[in-house]
Amino acid sequence: MSVDKETVRRIARLARLKLEEERVEPMMEELNGILAWVEQLKEVDVEGIPPMTSVVEQRLKMRDDVVTETDHADALMVNAPGGEDHFFVVPKVVE
Amino acid sequence: MAIQSEERINGARKSKLIQGSTGAWEVVIGLEVHCQVLSKAKLFSGASTEFGADPNSQVSFVDAAMPGMLPVINKFCVEQAVRTGLGLKAEINLTSVFDRKNYFYADLPAGYQISQFKNPIVGEGEVLVDLPGGEVARVGIERLHLEQDAGKSIHDQSPDSSFVDLNRAGIALMEIVSRPDMRSSEEAAAYLKKLRAIVRYLGTCDGNMEEGSMRADVNVSVRKPGDPLNTRCEIKNMNSMRFIVQAIEYEARRQIDVLESGGRIKQETLLFDTKLGETRPMRSKEEAHDYRYFPDPDLLPLSFEQAWVDEIAASLPELPDAKKDRFTAMGLSTYDALVLVAEKETADYFEVMLAEGVDAKAAANWLNNEYFGRLNKAGLALSEGPVSAHANSEIVKMVGENIISSKGAKDVLDILWAEGGAPRSIVESRGLKQVTDTSAIEKAVDAVIAANPDKVEAAKAKPTLAGWFVGQVMKATGGKANPATVNALVKARLGIAEEG
Amino acid sequence: MSDLTDFTLAEARDAVAGKKISAKELTQGFVTAMEGARALNIFVTETPDIALKMAEASDARIAAGTARPLEGLPLGIKDLYCTKGVRTTAGSKILENYVPQYESTVSQNLWDNGAVMLGKLNLDEFAMGSSNETSAYGPCISPWRAKDSKTALVPGGSSGGSSAAVAARLCLGATATDTGGSIRTPAAVTGTVGIKPTYGRCSRWGIVAFASSLDQAGPIAKTVRDTAILLKAMASIDDKDSTSVDLPVPDYEAGIEGGVKGLRIGIPKEYRVEGTDPEIAAVWEKGAEWLKAQGAEIVEVSLPHTKYALPTYYIVAPAECSSNLARYDGVRFGHRAADPKDLIDLYERSRAEGFGAEVRRRILIGTYVLSAGYYDAYYLRAQKLRTLIKRDFEEAYKKCDMLLTPATPSPAFAIGEKIADPVTMYLYDVFTVTVNLAGLPALVVPAGLNTAGLPLGLQLIGKAFDEATLFRAGRALEIAADLKAKPQNWWSQ
Ligand SMILES: [Mg+2]
Ligand SMILES: [Zn+2]
Repeated sequence: MSVDKETVRRIARLARLKLEEERVEPMMEELNGILAWVEQLKEVDVEGIPPMTSVVEQRLKMRDDVVTETDHADALMVNAPGGEDHFFVVPKVVE
Repeated sequence: MAIQSEERINGARKSKLIQGSTGAWEVVIGLEVHCQVLSKAKLFSGASTEFGADPNSQVSFVDAAMPGMLPVINKFCVEQAVRTGLGLKAEINLTSVFDRKNYFYADLPAGYQISQFKNPIVGEGEVLVDLPGGEVARVGIERLHLEQDAGKSIHDQSPDSSFVDLNRAGIALMEIVSRPDMRSSEEAAAYLKKLRAIVRYLGTCDGNMEEGSMRADVNVSVRKPGDPLNTRCEIKNMNSMRFIVQAIEYEARRQIDVLESGGRIKQETLLFDTKLGETRPMRSKEEAHDYRYFPDPDLLPLSFEQAWVDEIAASLPELPDAKKDRFTAMGLSTYDALVLVAEKETADYFEVMLAEGVDAKAAANWLNNEYFGRLNKAGLALSEGPVSAHANSEIVKMVGENIISSKGAKDVLDILWAEGGAPRSIVESRGLKQVTDTSAIEKAVDAVIAANPDKVEAAKAKPTLAGWFVGQVMKATGGKANPATVNALVKARLGIAEEG
Repeated sequence: MSDLTDFTLAEARDAVAGKKISAKELTQGFVTAMEGARALNIFVTETPDIALKMAEASDARIAAGTARPLEGLPLGIKDLYCTKGVRTTAGSKILENYVPQYESTVSQNLWDNGAVMLGKLNLDEFAMGSSNETSAYGPCISPWRAKDSKTALVPGGSSGGSSAAVAARLCLGATATDTGGSIRTPAAVTGTVGIKPTYGRCSRWGIVAFASSLDQAGPIAKTVRDTAILLKAMASIDDKDSTSVDLPVPDYEAGIEGGVKGLRIGIPKEYRVEGTDPEIAAVWEKGAEWLKAQGAEIVEVSLPHTKYALPTYYIVAPAECSSNLARYDGVRFGHRAADPKDLIDLYERSRAEGFGAEVRRRILIGTYVLSAGYYDAYYLRAQKLRTLIKRDFEEAYKKCDMLLTPATPSPAFAIGEKIADPVTMYLYDVFTVTVNLAGLPALVVPAGLNTAGLPLGLQLIGKAFDEATLFRAGRALEIAADLKAKPQNWWSQ
């Protein structure tokens, strides 16, 4: 399988990565290089093999229903590029 | 299971078709209901779930998806999902998987929602929905899964910015997905009402639609009866029964109009504009989504023992259907029983009265005919009503014990409503006790007969006129005479045979 | 005293505990070394003030008789570990100004054991790389140079800062992380010791995620003993990490001199890969002989799916990374593009500006292999391959207790040599990725120098949670190799 330019644009859009038009073709070539290389997995018969769901053989641990967190609103805003009155601010979204 | 439900609804459906210019159309509805789990802490973090807190004050570093933060599941939320599944008579999956649903949105901090996609915790179940006219519709449940809620964006505070509050982000939701088994907006509303009653009985969700603890995505399509399913549209995030009914009706009509004018229905996500009463496409969902689901590698598969499920099953409360059956077995009409079980508060209130030893049927009549009517008129919820279940029990009991007449009962209720107090002492102090002394009643009957010889003759000819004498005697005794005694004495004196 | 920085961690521990030197003196020595080695670009952020303050506190504890196991010992922290109040970049521009308000479990464990933080170490951006060349803060340079050469060599990656810092004697030990070889590759090419523990042994909480099902924290240090001491302190059972395993942490140092007598060491035949440097093949054989000479039994085993490990890894890791890195969106923290015209523009430009080329490439690959219509062909198939790869090891361990393999196909290469071709770079991890896919522990120990005088390492792969036996065998190799060489200091200003 290989990707075309339209697919590269679509994936970049899905991944929310701005891809300048002149970068589309080189990126397509890079991706196709990698995809051609991973193609060899097709040789393996995986019929009936269960996919790995976790490498550790352990049951999912569960916590009790206890509130352990305090108000972190100030700490959350320390790194916020657009924080205002304890809100994260983004360009206006129309629903 | 699905076929069975098709048949059931086929029978009931005929009367609910919508007329279009090309003939009758059938509306097909399925609901995806998000119920917020009643937990103290979030699904994957120890932040509080309390409603109405200051912006971002209930947000852990996990909820904000800070680098390196990891989810750990809240056992209580898992238990509530199992409990709800059992309440929906559904299959419980001892192993389920949390997946990531990947998409970018301002109130989705990680860029993915942890949800369950291929392997949900609860599989197929059903809800029995009571329709007006005593009919019962069976709505299939496809699945229930656990997932995280998103945060909230406020769009109307500034002309060019949206403000993001993540207090809701990460709160546990149970998404309950129905089969497309509903055929009218009324059925959809009745289903939602029943689902709400079930989760409230179970105590797994408070069902508070105003606060958003229960929200529905409504899938609507239309077809000519007997045709295969048509393309559907999804109306997102509805949190009012009234608007759901309006939205379905608008949307069904819109789709019929499109189809009848030769158009096609585009599968899209809609919002219901409550001001205009119209559905419209959601801007933020215009782009086709590719959620790239895959099992969340931060979490192992969720697994637990059947023994734990059995333990939860053993602790399940009586649910509306079972309660209704028990009430009807006590002699209540189906209608009365349904009214009493529809809301958990009502059922609980009635149960208190039953526990105090009232006659079930008398109590049900009293509540449904008297007390609830007054609450309605006053626009009060049961919890806001001024009369306790105990006080109403006392009234019903005093009627049964012939201490007060039914007129007296209403008087007691009036006084309780206005002033409060204890029913039995009100009866004492206000002299509302019914006269059961036969000689006193005889005297009154004789006085009325003596004063109205003409009416006596007329009544002898037309026995139904005896009622007039009963009324006069009741009036003369200030309503305190036992009406049955009065009736019997009047008839005896007038020489009218007792019937029955 | 010639130079405090030549101490092994164990020696320094004993000297500080025995009050032969103070923690402050020791720390000052390393601060000076760190500040003099800026030519190597090892530290992204130096924290000398924090280090000296911590050292003073350690001295107070030592005086009070309440010293802890790592009291006063200066360490470097890979800049992938979130450190409270200290900038944490993950080697990326997108986190250039990110100051965590929390401390990773592993680094907290170290501080709770009395260790001292010198600063944050360079790495490949988001740990994606094998040479430390993808760092937004410039490549980290190995203190090693080939004989009669001034060519700058890579220190391996992604934990290049960690390996270089230990090799250049700028700290007693360093934290690192390993997703496909990122502890072992750098250790191998810098003549240091590194262990990737069993998945679940160290908490991932507070470590910037690359690929969650593969990432594992571990130490790099000068000796096997030092590595054992550090792992004991780093590992814990953590309720904040759902994949952290509920097993008590053994005292790895205690059994380290136990020898290899009676151990069965497997040699996987599929690791005789074409293109492997003959000097590495030779040192591998020598390693087997050393172990045999000390009483181990050498057996040949087969891991038939080995050749599929790299392509499997390059599906699983990018898939997880594409999702893990979605949170870097310019909304709550990190780089935000200037004057976004709408939210999508904010996302697309913040991310394109903030991520480097390799990270962008992997996000795109990962997005593609998970996207509708491709999931089964790529991601699902890769996860099935993982099952087969894990089964290979289970089969092999019926015949042996651990495996001995090369660590890298060649010694350190020059900066710029492989960076242009991603697949060539990916192939450098050929001996290390299988272990991550199977969740197993593996230790890399220096085994000799090549003719150019550059270090060569060997890898021991153990059974799950059997790190103790790995340390024992690693120590046996270390004794046999008896390597005294260290890089000559050409970098001090
Ligand atoms: Mg849904
Ligand atoms: Zn949902």
